Amino acid sequence: MNVTSFSRSGVSDWILQRASSVIMLAYSLAVASVVIPGTNYEVWSAFMTQVWMRSFSTLALIAMIAHAWIGLWGVLTDYVTVRMLGSLGDRLRFCLLFFMVALLILYLVWGIFIIWGL
Amino acid sequence: MLQVSLYRYSPESDEAPRMQDFRVDTAGKDLMVLDVLELVKSQLDSSVAYRRSCREGVCGSDGLNMNGKNGLACITPLSEVVRKGKLVIRPLPGLPVIRDLVVDMTLFYAQYEKVEPYLQNDETPPEIERLQTPEDREKLDGLYECILCACCSTSCPSFWWNPDRFIGPAGLLQSYRFLADSRDTATEERLSKLEDPFSVFRCHGIQNCASVCPKGLNPTKAIGHIKSMLLSNSN
Repeated sequence: MNVTSFSRSGVSDWILQRASSVIMLAYSLAVASVVIPGTNYEVWSAFMTQVWMRSFSTLALIAMIAHAWIGLWGVLTDYVTVRMLGSLGDRLRFCLLFFMVALLILYLVWGIFIIWGL
Repeated sequence: MLQVSLYRYSPESDEAPRMQDFRVDTAGKDLMVLDVLELVKSQLDSSVAYRRSCREGVCGSDGLNMNGKNGLACITPLSEVVRKGKLVIRPLPGLPVIRDLVVDMTLFYAQYEKVEPYLQNDETPPEIERLQTPEDREKLDGLYECILCACCSTSCPSFWWNPDRFIGPAGLLQSYRFLADSRDTATEERLSKLEDPFSVFRCHGIQNCASVCPKGLNPTKAIGHIKSMLLSNSN
């Protein structure tokens, strides 16, 4: 089961999940600081296309992907197992994990294109 | 009259588990749940199976699920668990049932064995005994009192889903009992066996263990200490 976890180490996964949530919280606050006072396309576009904000968005995207991988891996290894579903469990979990990782990589690439306006 | 509903299952003869209702005369007394089971067995149905021994919360044999919460039947008064005159007693959740309220604790003990719950010290033993300062001894309070009744581990969803990989609150409490012991020199080896994503890190800190422990211990807190030790050890 461990081979499909994000970092293969419980300690790293644990600390990465905490660190990534701090990054996502900081990013949400940064975005909220622009959205809450009211914004329009020009203000929003100028804010999001600054190099530091583009870097911050990329960092938040990577944090979200790591966080999602660790969290969903935990859910799948709890509920989609041989113990819960019989002999189908392992194969089904592997398929779902494959689908999950493929989707996360797609989001990463797609997200980078959007953030950097490529 | 107390309405008691007991989980009954005999794998040899029953196709599926069932609940059996009894009406027990408690004579208006606030008995312990174990007393009620004894009344059922002695007066109503002698085939009911459950474990018991010391009947005073020391041996840890009669861990049961009473109206949805795990605890020791011998030290749980009816007034604490009975709701609307009804008491539902089931075996500890998550472990295979041998018969009625008796569960197979093999998985639970296997996890306990994994943490090597004994003092390991590679230094030459002194003439009489390995001494400890009162402060170091104090660190073991709240850890050594565990009686292995399994109420905590069987109330933990992470243990239900992965009882073969996640050590569970009872095993981890004992693990920390030796990690925290100033006389134990195997700290590094012990920690290296806990680094994987399952043994310790399946604990998400929901504290079911602490809320059911009949001895008032807090495995979640001990697990938090283990996580901190693993973190500083891997830096």
